Amino acid sequence: MSDTPPPVRRRLPLTWLGLLPFALFVALFLIAPTMKIVLGAFQRADGSFTFENVAGLFTDSILSSYWISIKISVASAALGCLVGFLMAAAMVLGGLPRAIRSPLLTFSGVASNFAGVPLAFAFLATLGPLGLVTLALKTHLGINLRVYGFNILSFWGLTITYLFFQIPLMILIITPALDGLKREWREAASCLGASGAQYWRMVALPILFPSILGTFALLFANAFGAVATAIALTGSSLNIVPIMLFAQIRGDVLGNPHLGYAMAFGMILITGIANVLYIVLRMRSERWLK
Amino acid sequence: MKRAAAWAILLLGMAYFILPLIGMVEFSLSMKRGIYSLEAYRVVLADPRFRETFTFSVVMALLTIVVGMAIVVPTAFWVRLKMPGLRPYVEFVTLLPLVIPAIVIVFGYIRLYNTSSALPLTGTIFGTNLLLVFGYVTLSLPYMYRAVDTGLRTIDVATLTEAAQSLGAGWVTILARVILPNVLVSVLSGAFVTFAIVMGEFTMAALLNRPAFGPYLQLMGANRAYEPFALATIAFVITWACMGLIQLVTRFSKHDKAAR
Repeated sequence: MSDTPPPVRRRLPLTWLGLLPFALFVALFLIAPTMKIVLGAFQRADGSFTFENVAGLFTDSILSSYWISIKISVASAALGCLVGFLMAAAMVLGGLPRAIRSPLLTFSGVASNFAGVPLAFAFLATLGPLGLVTLALKTHLGINLRVYGFNILSFWGLTITYLFFQIPLMILIITPALDGLKREWREAASCLGASGAQYWRMVALPILFPSILGTFALLFANAFGAVATAIALTGSSLNIVPIMLFAQIRGDVLGNPHLGYAMAFGMILITGIANVLYIVLRMRSERWLK
Repeated sequence: MKRAAAWAILLLGMAYFILPLIGMVEFSLSMKRGIYSLEAYRVVLADPRFRETFTFSVVMALLTIVVGMAIVVPTAFWVRLKMPGLRPYVEFVTLLPLVIPAIVIVFGYIRLYNTSSALPLTGTIFGTNLLLVFGYVTLSLPYMYRAVDTGLRTIDVATLTEAAQSLGAGWVTILARVILPNVLVSVLSGAFVTFAIVMGEFTMAALLNRPAFGPYLQLMGANRAYEPFALATIAFVITWACMGLIQLVTRFSKHDKAAR
């Protein structure tokens, strides 16, 4: 009875102190700036509460910039998932020599980090008006990409460029999931008389589906927030959200500082939803792939 | 049949990745009409703006690694040792920079730390550079924290700490001479990723108006014909080298463990 432990009470505040530098840093340089933007989206210049800024987003030019951003993100995420899945499946399940696995994964690590301005230049040199592929198609095969309406500074140009970091990211994330497909499942399916296609349709894809959809959400957010590639590639000829926000921060092109807050808030909202989807689906997929 | 299809998919995929790199390098070599030459690289390397911005970004990257590790290593260690219950929450916070786009974070900085605020960091060049380093630390937080935390998982933090304490070591000694050497490989791979990210970063440096390599690249792209491709090739080699170094340290450490 007499030895109730007083030292425990003394130790508690000290334990907290260890996290203080981290908490302070995150509060000052991650949380506070974000909150400033979120709150600013709901404030007038004098600080009073309003929905005017968010309502101000619903004009034709801003809505169309969100729409084209969403379209590019969906297209590059969907194609990235598809191609990345096929490449990872070819690598893991295609019966190829194991020696190609490690270089391919390393290269994926490099390519998924090779975004931004240099990536835009690489694609200008390839699919731009004087690019390698453009000229080769024209001189050797007589195909003039311009005639077909292709232009690197366009929706498809940007989508193809984004694929350069989307596909490797998909490969990196989906490879462990493909590794987790157990041989027994395939054997059990074929014992029950399933064909290869049936195994994929009824066993493998349903198991992989949460991972694929989750990665799709992650790739979507990844493309939606990409600024540098888009600016270096298209300048300001394509009105996607990050480019508009960039111009707004630089020079208040919308003529209303708080509309900029609202635009940024819209970006957080969209990438936030995509990431929540990713986390939820990832937890679902991990139940199977232990 | 199946194997042929797998090869076809893989080769087509690789073609997509390799063609832009070939195009980039080819352009960077064709500054002189009709022949391949290193002229574009010579022009770029002779440009004082290149040296300034490149050095600036290297210094920023090194500072980012030092500041980031000074925050991440003790935190990851402390959470593992004393507050394991908080681990998922801390990890969640470190992943937030992947959710919130960099352009939004730097927008917040500009509005929060401007000259009329309580902490007017953007008022001076030193303050803005500091803010940029903090911004880069924030951007690399997900990679650094995950790397260090994975490294800590492989060692017995509690036993090592107690052993060091019973020999009379203080917290600083424990961190610097017991924990750090044990997770050095993870710290290094986190550092290399950070280096690659900072060297190519554009958005934060451009909006804070700092003379970094990323904005310089963009400026050259808008004004010159061949030099940008030489710069892009250099940037690609840096990224490639960083990733290669990660592979190298990880492999090196594996040999280290197998030998014991």
